[in-house]
Amino acid sequence: MNPALQGLMTIVLGVGGCLAYFWLSNQVLDKVIFPARGKNIGKNINRANLIRPWLFLFPALFALGLYLAYPVVETLRLSVTERVPVPGGGGAFTYEFVGVDNYAKMMDEPKFWEAVRNNFLWLLVVPAMSTVFGLLVAQLTDRLKWGSVAKSMIFMPMAISFVGAAVIWKLVYDFRPIDQEQIGILNAIVVSLGGEPHTWLTTPFWNNFFLMIVLVWIQTGFAMVILSAALRGIPEETIEAAIVDGANPFQIFFKIKIPQIAGTIVVVWTTITLTVLKIFDIVFAMTNGQWETQVLANYMYDKLFRAGDWGIGSASAMVIMLLVLPILVWNVRTARREMR
Amino acid sequence: MDNIAGTKSSLTWAVNISVVVLVVLWLFPTLGLLISSFRTADQIATSGWWKAMFPSEQNLVLRTGDPDDERVERDGVFVVEGNLFATGSEAEISVWGTSSREISAYEAGETADLGDGETMTVESNGDYVWTGDAEQLTGRGQRIFATAVTPPEFTLDNYKTVLFSGSPTDNMARAFFNTLTVTIPATIIPIVVAAFAAYALAWMDFRGRALLIAVIVGLLVVPLQLALIPLLKLHLGIGIGKGYLGVWLAHTGFGLPLAIYLLRNYMVGLPRDIIENAKVDGATDFQIFTKIILPLSFPALASFAIFQFLWTWNDLLVAKVFLIDASGETTVMTNQIVELLGTRGGNWEILATAAFVSISVPLIVFFAMQKYLVRGLLAGSVK
Repeated sequence: MNPALQGLMTIVLGVGGCLAYFWLSNQVLDKVIFPARGKNIGKNINRANLIRPWLFLFPALFALGLYLAYPVVETLRLSVTERVPVPGGGGAFTYEFVGVDNYAKMMDEPKFWEAVRNNFLWLLVVPAMSTVFGLLVAQLTDRLKWGSVAKSMIFMPMAISFVGAAVIWKLVYDFRPIDQEQIGILNAIVVSLGGEPHTWLTTPFWNNFFLMIVLVWIQTGFAMVILSAALRGIPEETIEAAIVDGANPFQIFFKIKIPQIAGTIVVVWTTITLTVLKIFDIVFAMTNGQWETQVLANYMYDKLFRAGDWGIGSASAMVIMLLVLPILVWNVRTARREMR
Repeated sequence: MDNIAGTKSSLTWAVNISVVVLVVLWLFPTLGLLISSFRTADQIATSGWWKAMFPSEQNLVLRTGDPDDERVERDGVFVVEGNLFATGSEAEISVWGTSSREISAYEAGETADLGDGETMTVESNGDYVWTGDAEQLTGRGQRIFATAVTPPEFTLDNYKTVLFSGSPTDNMARAFFNTLTVTIPATIIPIVVAAFAAYALAWMDFRGRALLIAVIVGLLVVPLQLALIPLLKLHLGIGIGKGYLGVWLAHTGFGLPLAIYLLRNYMVGLPRDIIENAKVDGATDFQIFTKIILPLSFPALASFAIFQFLWTWNDLLVAKVFLIDASGETTVMTNQIVELLGTRGGNWEILATAAFVSISVPLIVFFAMQKYLVRGLLAGSVK
């Protein structure tokens, strides 16, 4: 069947199916199981209202359980097993419990430690740079006449895929030997200043930073939007009071504004941190982890789909989960505090 | 900062200039790709894209017509005449030479003596006259090394190649439709599922509601990397295998936490009176939801739809794991671009065009619906 047709049918079936499910299940509840008539009318309405929320929630809970909660448990299980082909089983596998063997093997690999080191570098640099740039743009454009246009331009990379961004920045970093004309703008600038062209992406250690710039370029827009709204939300009186007291613009920014939006800065920082922990596409498309640019998500992809090693692959996925866990706990706690 | 008393105009200037610098910095990389996609391979290889707007001076290696075919005898000498450029070129030669060691030996219009009576004249527009005896004018055409100023030139050929050519590696048309096929159901279905759940979490009272909301906030940040293997195993096990259905389900599952979270936060803020009045009038929850809540929640629905659309359109990992099989029939644009990066890493004209085709749709959506995207971002970040 033509995929487009299949897609259309899926939309109709999916949306129609959902609506039909909700409507029918409500009808069954109200008319058949607990009908709102007869001598138990009051009791029936109450009972139906106890069950109804779960009818509304069921499809979502089922999908969440299957697609997000179950995989966490299953990955944990896979990370302590080894996948062994059944002899003569025609592609079937059994899973043998091996304890922490996968983790031990993973820790023996220098490539894993390289990925961990790089991930920590990314964690240090990208959220900080994106937040600082975002805050800078938000503050500078705050009272500017053409501020919204400027913000729109800086926000734009948010719409560009990591793969698209990888192509864009590969052109920026392009290298030609010194006797040829440089077509990458970075090398062109270096050469015009009298330097020598560099192969930015294959020079270990520093190439990590050239990959990070791509993500900073994308995430600055996000930071800017959130922080810009936060800056607007600061009560005018606090700023006016500071002006009356003779504060200069820098003092106002650092001593009055920043403390009032500190909470939002933390939110922006953690959200970008989450993106960084999962960063895959940029590295995959630009260097594929060569030249010492490996990161955890790409290491995991390598293990799972190139080496076919589900044990170590799952173990490295658990490492990513472990790194996310503090943020998860923190988010849940703030959300619960706000609900009260 | 015009509300600050006594602000110096120098500060306003500094602010304006630094914003201009930042905007230019942010735009330049994308602009480079856009301009490159309208240039030929030769142009990209010989000059930076930032020079594309101006006439450029290039060193060209050209060749005269083949003397065996084109020479004519005139007054006892053989002559080959013609133009060095393809028709339509507006290049202008300033200096030229016949040896790679002396590429600027002669001015345009000058006649060069090539020895033994053989001469060559090259005009600035590329017209040449080559004379000599029968022995000198044989073999291949004479090579001319010219320094020429060529006016800016743009072409749509790359887009023709990428969109309409028959090349299986370069043509993105199929990948474009595949991406669309992945994206649209994967955007619509989670909205429907999430909207009902969000209503229950916002407006229905039941035990465990607070706990459920906390769980959803927690699932919001679970890395999808964890889901890859267990779900692929599941899909292969229950017979869905790799394909559209699998990728739709996966995107639905991964998009749900954000959808529920955004929609619930929005629905909670709707005025309580409307809902209670409707209940008093005898409306069922189902009616309240479809007739009142859904239409009122349009801004939140739009915000999430944009998020999910951008995310599924730009996704590489989920498509690679759940969709693209060995045949490559169902490849999506991001995947094809990564493959192009591998096989045609130096062919910037194809790469730039392919990448631009893939990012053009999200960019249009972005600029058309930026308001909703901003609103969604503000509501979606856990405060």
